Amino acid sequence: MDTTRVNSNFKSEEYFINMGPQHPATHGVLRLLLTIDGEIIKKVEPDLGYIHRSIEKMCERDSYQQIVHLTDRMDYLSSHINNEAVCLTVENALELEVPERVKVIRTIIGELTRIASHCLWWGVMGMDVGALTTYFYGFRDREMVNDIFEETCGARLTMNYNIPGGLMYDIHPNFIQRTKDFVAHFKTKIPEYDKLLTGNVIFQKRMKGVGILSKEDAISFGASGPVGRGSGYSCDVRKHHPYSALDKVTFNESLKTAGDSLARYEVRIMEMWESLSIIEQLIDNIPEGDYKVATKAVIKLPKGEYYQKVEAARGELGVYVISTGTKNPYRLKFRSPGFSNISLLNHIAVGGKIGDLVASMATLDIVVPDIDR
Amino acid sequence: MSYFSNIYNGIKSLLTGMSVTGKVFLNARKGTITQQYPENRETLKMFDRFRGEVVMPHDEDNEHRCTGCQKCEIACPNGSIEIIWDRVVNPETGKKKKEIDQHIYHLGLCTMCSLCIEACPTDAIVWAQNYENSVYDRSFLTKVLNQPGSKLMDGVED
Amino acid sequence: MNISLGITKTIHDWLFSVMPEGLASITEMVLIAAVYLGVFAVFGLYLVLLERKVAAWFQLRMGPNRVGFKGLLQTLADALKLVSKELTGTEKADKFLYNLAPYFVIISALMALAVFPFTQEFQAFDINIGIFFLIAISSIGVIGILLGGWSSNNKFALIGAMRSGVQTISYELSVGLSLLTMVLITGSLQLSEIVEVQKNGWLIVQGHIPAVIAFMIFMIAGTAETNRAPFDMVEAESELGAGFHTEYSGMKFAYFFLAEFINMFIISAIATTMFFGGWLSPFGITESLPWLGVFWFLGKTLVIVILMMWFRWTFPRLRIDQLLTLEWKYLLPINLVNIVVMAFIVWQNLIIQL
Repeated sequence: MDTTRVNSNFKSEEYFINMGPQHPATHGVLRLLLTIDGEIIKKVEPDLGYIHRSIEKMCERDSYQQIVHLTDRMDYLSSHINNEAVCLTVENALELEVPERVKVIRTIIGELTRIASHCLWWGVMGMDVGALTTYFYGFRDREMVNDIFEETCGARLTMNYNIPGGLMYDIHPNFIQRTKDFVAHFKTKIPEYDKLLTGNVIFQKRMKGVGILSKEDAISFGASGPVGRGSGYSCDVRKHHPYSALDKVTFNESLKTAGDSLARYEVRIMEMWESLSIIEQLIDNIPEGDYKVATKAVIKLPKGEYYQKVEAARGELGVYVISTGTKNPYRLKFRSPGFSNISLLNHIAVGGKIGDLVASMATLDIVVPDIDR
Repeated sequence: MSYFSNIYNGIKSLLTGMSVTGKVFLNARKGTITQQYPENRETLKMFDRFRGEVVMPHDEDNEHRCTGCQKCEIACPNGSIEIIWDRVVNPETGKKKKEIDQHIYHLGLCTMCSLCIEACPTDAIVWAQNYENSVYDRSFLTKVLNQPGSKLMDGVED
Repeated sequence: MNISLGITKTIHDWLFSVMPEGLASITEMVLIAAVYLGVFAVFGLYLVLLERKVAAWFQLRMGPNRVGFKGLLQTLADALKLVSKELTGTEKADKFLYNLAPYFVIISALMALAVFPFTQEFQAFDINIGIFFLIAISSIGVIGILLGGWSSNNKFALIGAMRSGVQTISYELSVGLSLLTMVLITGSLQLSEIVEVQKNGWLIVQGHIPAVIAFMIFMIAGTAETNRAPFDMVEAESELGAGFHTEYSGMKFAYFFLAEFINMFIISAIATTMFFGGWLSPFGITESLPWLGVFWFLGKTLVIVILMMWFRWTFPRLRIDQLLTLEWKYLLPINLVNIVVMAFIVWQNLIIQL
């Protein structure tokens, strides 16, 4: 019997769906072109560019002080860390030594940013797998961090608190107390997160063994941050190339070797604990001193190429500057973590169901303006 | 056997999750984090450093501190500050001096980066803690910061 | 003090005295249907409000509190908005089926309400196969969902509708079998008689262990039957946008929405009738006042409704294959064993009678 003819009677057709740019699970304006066979994903093509604002080109127009505030708008959930990256690049190029106080404050606020970002990610993660309540619990705790930022920096999201050479203002007198209150509060909340979502049998089933990314693939796709560390790729910039005050604190790099969605989830939960411990080590030991060193009104970097990488909440953020000695960079390139991480979406989602795609996309923790810039 | 322990652990984990939300449900009355925004307008107080919009404070004699040095205009990344100035001869000293005619601030272009305020050598412009910036027409977003007829405060130099 | 009974009896007698018998019974049926329709449309709206309030309380929020006193008119305002909205649809939709689908869903939901005994003799339609009728009717609704998803010519809607078909066909079994477990005790399918049996203790007490298991299975399967989280594969907001009703708007969407809540009420009402003694008061404390049965019935039902809302606002959603695994590998075998255990208990007369 001719089997091919029999099968052709039952041949299932692949079809094609546009997921996004307006879709609840794509967190903004990411468009995914899905090729699906029934419920099973055959191919995912991310289509980018819906929120491209040519930030890199704008940077060529602006002076180095002005570039900092543009980076707020890239990965808006780790805006402080983005600012810090640009400032560190400029300071390194100028061979400017910033006071210890600045370094410590930058590190504390950076870790607070990471916690705030992971809080939001946790809430959205729950929402993507269908548990809507997590969103509000995540936001409750994130609000506290945002209040700390608002009091010290004046803004909740696009803070622009760093300037080349230090900080824009000194920390607010309430900063230390508020941060301590938050650390005490948040220590009781992470176990609650675990109870509500991590331990849940449905959640475990949705996450375990789904979206597997091997260590080799993680490296070859350029994965960084919790995505890479979930696959056992030790890539924490804070550990390998410490910047600011991170060489003075002890913390563990959160590593998981499973490489599935659950591993990426757990790495982020572990990172929240590590960030709390970093904050606790530093908050009582903020050295006295100036909050900035004077720089020239017009900063001109010496001719040359400069690269600085930091660990943003989503992974490795690199700033690459080519200077020709003028007050603007000749070319400025951001190596953003989201862009590399989204490239492996096809790799981890193929063969899964639509629900798996949404769940593993949530563990990549996509921020679309970071991908498009 | 693992079949039954799976069921047991599964149900246990579900009940733990329900206990978390249940606790919140029981404390719903005092645990609410929502703000009743238009009603709490009177009591809603922004932090001192909150960046609402750029304003130019004037004292009771309608004098401001802006010398028209244009440092804020240069510092602004978006071109949201425009200063229209003129050189005016001071009748007392006879020297020609820069004086602002209009300090124009485009709130619609402003990204609240605070660079202008940092750049200002005379602290002529500061942040206001005003959080209700929406208007019905965007032409209202272009503001003239110095009041009509105002002049430079005595003793303020670059 | 037979207030409710008195009213219905008076109207019944009066109708039969003024017109011939055939016409009178038709008029009576239409009258009852109109009353049910009116009452449950409003009741459904208030269930929506309750859902929103309960959701808010689980989520550190306040919920609707602007329209009317403490937001009590919120859902009425929403309904008004939906009525006044334009009915949109896709160009290449199968117009006839597309328009038919919402009515399938809402009518099947409303029909099931007819057989519930709200209190003693306060029942529109006391048939001797009440439970069977309920199970049969509740599975018609899925045809509406399938029609709606298929005919609206939208791939997301189609995926949602297919998921719904798979889900409802599977979980129908568990709903039926868990109710069958209880029928072994009552020995009758007639709802009024089932409640009568429970005068010696609610069935969940009478049947003890197997009854508790049956109740748990019924709650899981019932939540799945109503397409609510954690089994909301049909809508699956983060996956399919809005699922099968993506292309519906205005009142047609409202029918789907209302039907979901009435279905939730029906599942809770079945649970109340089958496990928690229907309109009977606990320990017979208000036995002398039968009209208070309405209060007990609605009270018990609302508690179970809130339990279902608690599920919805706590748990993540299952994946479609896990959904089927849960049914075919866990619920169904346990259910079959449970029926045998229950049969043994009834045979050996190990029922706890108060």
